Amino acid sequence: MCTTCGCGPEEHHHDHGDDHHHHDHGHDPGVGGAPGGKKISIETDILARNNRLAAGNRALFAARNLFVLNLVSSPGSGKTTLLEKTLRDLSGTTRSAVIEGDQQTDNDAVRIAATGVPVKQINTGAGCHLDAHMVGHAALEFDLDNLDLLLIENVGNLVCPASFDLGENHKVVVLSVTEGEDKPLKYPQMFHAADVMLLNKTDLLPHLDFDVAKCREMAKRVNPGITIFEVSAKTGAGMDDWYGWLGERIRGQRPATRDQ
Amino acid sequence: MHELSLTQSVVEICEQNAGGRRVLSVTLELGELSGIVPDSVEFCFEACTRGTLLEGARLIIDRVAPKGICRDCKAEFPVSAYYDSCPSCGGFTVELMRGEEMRVKELEVE
Repeated sequence: MCTTCGCGPEEHHHDHGDDHHHHDHGHDPGVGGAPGGKKISIETDILARNNRLAAGNRALFAARNLFVLNLVSSPGSGKTTLLEKTLRDLSGTTRSAVIEGDQQTDNDAVRIAATGVPVKQINTGAGCHLDAHMVGHAALEFDLDNLDLLLIENVGNLVCPASFDLGENHKVVVLSVTEGEDKPLKYPQMFHAADVMLLNKTDLLPHLDFDVAKCREMAKRVNPGITIFEVSAKTGAGMDDWYGWLGERIRGQRPATRDQ
Repeated sequence: MHELSLTQSVVEICEQNAGGRRVLSVTLELGELSGIVPDSVEFCFEACTRGTLLEGARLIIDRVAPKGICRDCKAEFPVSAYYDSCPSCGGFTVELMRGEEMRVKELEVE
């Protein structure tokens, strides 16, 4: 049995085999409303298990003074390029690791590994998001005592990952200017859940009709507290502001004694 | 389709609470801003309950209409989306009081 979350080896695949016997009570819609049933009040959050595991991850990360970000976006926003650039530029000052979430392939993990940073790929298969259980197991494969920053690249999807707490300090949503400026209104739950928005690929703005001011306004409507950085991972424009924000928080995570 | 994993969680929670008895009905409370599509949960429910104590159980979904409070003027009002502004002062600093619920409320067992 797993000592972290209590899962058994079989629990990673919720596979109800064919060896179950089948009750012959049919699917008569009236059967559920039959009198004589005993009501049990539950009042349990459907995400209770994920939230409990996320709290465990958060406690683990806090104990190691690790700053953790959950990066979310639609596919193709440039998350991996942004990560590569960030990891290379911070390599002299920050000890980082990356968890890569994709439905299939380890292509992104291979790209991250080329930056020299430890990386762990999670393939979700049919799954549309990472959950706290997967992240808890993946995180244990790193030498957490010797890390400052853990970046979790979630599955490219602006819907499902919004609901799943992984134990991160902040969700960071990446939006590229080749997408519509109204994405914050179209996918409000994600922009509401994120603390930071990275508006990426700004080097392409001269070729597009994308209205940056309008996009900012829409993001602020959905989430008045959101911090926005305009960046180009390709040219490096605006990246220093992002690194400034990161550096401040990574230092805030460390115990005061380490900086003395 | 995160409804599939959420429905699996619903089945887990119910089986933990059913004490081995067959479940006749399950009542869920889903806020309209929870990000869960009730039709998708219903679609997944039959597949997820097969071979469990919930097989054949009736799924009842109570929708919760979102309500917000304006942090600026303290007005309370019904909300339909995260980007709704306050109808009293026009501000966008709206705090949700309810409407994000995703909860297993009640079970009916044999």
